[in-house]
Amino acid sequence: MARNAIARKTRPAILLSIFSLVLCLGHAAAQGELHFCLRAEPKTFDPLKVEDDASISIRYLTGGVLVRMNRQTQALEPELASSWKVSKDGRQITFKLRGGVQFSDGTPFSADDVAYTVQQLMDPALHSPTGDAFRSGPGNVETRIISPTQISITFPAPVAGLDRQFDQVAILSAHSSKKEMAVLGPFMIDDYKPGSTVLLKRNPNYWKTDAQGRKLPYLDSIRLDIQPNRDVEMLRFRRGEIDLINSLDGESFDKLAANSPQLVHDAGPSLDTEQMWFNEVARAPLPGYKKNWFRSAAFRRAIAEAINRDDLSRVVFHGHAQAAIGPVSPANKFWFNAKLKPQAYAPDAALKTLQAEGFRMENGTLKDKDGNAVVFSIITNAGNKSRERMATMIQEDLQKIGIHLNVVTLDFPSLIERMTQTFDYEAIMLGLTNVGLDPTDQMNVWVSSSDNHQWNPSEKAPETAWEAEIDRLMHAMASSADVKKRKEAFDRVQEIAVEQQPFIYLVNRNALSAISASVHGASPVILAPQTYWNIEQLSK
Amino acid sequence: MKPWRANIWRWLAAAVLLAIVSLSLAANWLAPAGYAKQYREAADAPPSHQHWLGTDEIGRDRFARVLYGTRISLLLAPAAALISTLMAALIGGLAGYLGGAWQRAAMAVTDLFLSLPWLFLLITVRAVMPLNVSPLFSVTVTFLLLGLLGWTSAARVLCASASSLRNSDFVRQARASGIRGVRLFWIHVLPNLKPVLFAQFWISVPAFILAEANLGILGLGVAEPMPSWGSLLKELEGLMSVGEEPWKFVPLVLLVMVVTSFQLLLSKQDEVAA
Repeated sequence: MARNAIARKTRPAILLSIFSLVLCLGHAAAQGELHFCLRAEPKTFDPLKVEDDASISIRYLTGGVLVRMNRQTQALEPELASSWKVSKDGRQITFKLRGGVQFSDGTPFSADDVAYTVQQLMDPALHSPTGDAFRSGPGNVETRIISPTQISITFPAPVAGLDRQFDQVAILSAHSSKKEMAVLGPFMIDDYKPGSTVLLKRNPNYWKTDAQGRKLPYLDSIRLDIQPNRDVEMLRFRRGEIDLINSLDGESFDKLAANSPQLVHDAGPSLDTEQMWFNEVARAPLPGYKKNWFRSAAFRRAIAEAINRDDLSRVVFHGHAQAAIGPVSPANKFWFNAKLKPQAYAPDAALKTLQAEGFRMENGTLKDKDGNAVVFSIITNAGNKSRERMATMIQEDLQKIGIHLNVVTLDFPSLIERMTQTFDYEAIMLGLTNVGLDPTDQMNVWVSSSDNHQWNPSEKAPETAWEAEIDRLMHAMASSADVKKRKEAFDRVQEIAVEQQPFIYLVNRNALSAISASVHGASPVILAPQTYWNIEQLSK
Repeated sequence: MKPWRANIWRWLAAAVLLAIVSLSLAANWLAPAGYAKQYREAADAPPSHQHWLGTDEIGRDRFARVLYGTRISLLLAPAAALISTLMAALIGGLAGYLGGAWQRAAMAVTDLFLSLPWLFLLITVRAVMPLNVSPLFSVTVTFLLLGLLGWTSAARVLCASASSLRNSDFVRQARASGIRGVRLFWIHVLPNLKPVLFAQFWISVPAFILAEANLGILGLGVAEPMPSWGSLLKELEGLMSVGEEPWKFVPLVLLVMVVTSFQLLLSKQDEVAA
């Protein structure tokens, strides 16, 4: 009887304990759905064809890579490859792969898959943008499977930063019938409604576990709404309908911060730069005297000195930007040349520089040695409020040294046409979004023969000695496997860029984001994807 | 005897217009620092003793910008509306009055104009315009373009109105009395088109002010640092709520006041009294 009474008394407690345990286990296994917006329709789900930001986001969330750059420390970390070795000549890399890993559909992962992915990546018929980074020279890429967990890849010529390039290469299955839908990343595509939503669900075969041995990721699913309108995205975040905004402008950041300071995050200066440049194209339809101004390094340096960058950062970006120093943001810890110092705001020095070049002030107007008043226009893309405001502030800054600047806003296609086809412009202000840390990503900007050498594109031969020197240094940097030599070469490129000012760098925008209080484990950084770089660790 | 209430409304409208015009003309005296001066230490500031309507995003005094912007928009938007209304009266009114092949031809031209992709034409205009033009030149060209392109819808309305007048009894009677041609149009048809013309004119003024703001995307419109009501109204785009920064609504309030006042002042007396 006593035993029955005890049993009766303890039964509810035991049931409650079992119920709690079930709940706890359930919580550990299922921790909700993360909800945020993509700003455009993803153009492809094939990780090798990815080019646009939305597709890059999907690839990051679903693709398994051999090595991954830690977005916080900027160090390379092992993923599907437990270790790797790059040959001294920078042409060969050997990976040792993890065993027991499966794709989302249960297909086992082996060196076959890596070889298949590399062959696909380098297939000229595929035109893989990711593959472009590996195309260092003519010839074929050779893959040699040493064992099911070891593979060696040899390139025809040295590839700069070879191991880091694999951060972007999502491994495909060589044997799965699901093709690119079989993934090795933390999530897999569950549903896609064009123009509306991409639904990702947890990859049940994902190989990673946390320190306690629990399977990652913590989240059950991710719902990505396709929403190009930033105001709507902001409104939905305010209403609690979405959990995060990956990048915010300063104005929206401050508005959110005014009500909910705990939800917004300023990770500091990003890699992105805002810059202006003068038209230095010899065949441009501009008067000769203006071409002479724009092709004069002293003139460009004087303009750089006359711009108050601190004001641009403080006023236009509400303090969420830093005065730019040169082509590389200080946020790029390794490649930034720390010897370079910020350009001081010095209108008097600018005027002296100009006077030394034969310019003179007459009734508040600066004139060149032939008596031409210094008047020029700057174009920027219409609708970009921060650039329009920067241009108007520069207009007032230059007025102080007698230069009259006309601000012109144009629709983007018209601007690009003037910039790349007709060369009918005097100065342009635009931004540059830098995704990668390695300077090889900037080859297309700095090499004089490149189409993207904006101030004077597609030069048949370098038109100035300093451009020839930059060409030499960039090629040396890109073809060397010695990191120290590469760094020295690119440091010198940065110094030349600051001396010659082909681009007048204005500011580096800060990486601003917003994350709902219901999301745990977030630690925003400056590198994309800023808020969900550690997606496996996030929970709700 | 005139209804006293009608006179009061007209006097009130006249007083409002006079006050707004006087303020804008006194801009140099009321805001001596001008519309372009940037008070960068006080950017996006709320109203204060120094800046009665606060400052804009780069620290320019909003009161000064409203005064100077009023001067520009009050002069140029009605001028553009006048051009478009006169063109509509000439093309639509005459076509309706003449009828037959004239009417069909004029309406075909109007339909052609309505169907043209004006966006591309404006892009072409921007492409052929030099980049180094003064802000005043830019704004004048913009309003001129708006005036020259904005007559089509009004022309259709006026054509229909004139067409109905053509067959009305009093026009037939006038015709029977020997009045013909331009004289008949001028004395009997045009005065009866006046209400439609006024309506078209007043619809066009705010439409042109807003169109000028939107043309900025093509590089047309008022160039920085010159202000206009259109560029000032663009500030309202980012507002999350009406109560957030109510002083930014001043250009909108001014626009409504000016259009309403003009309508009250120039409408028929009996319409106002009603």
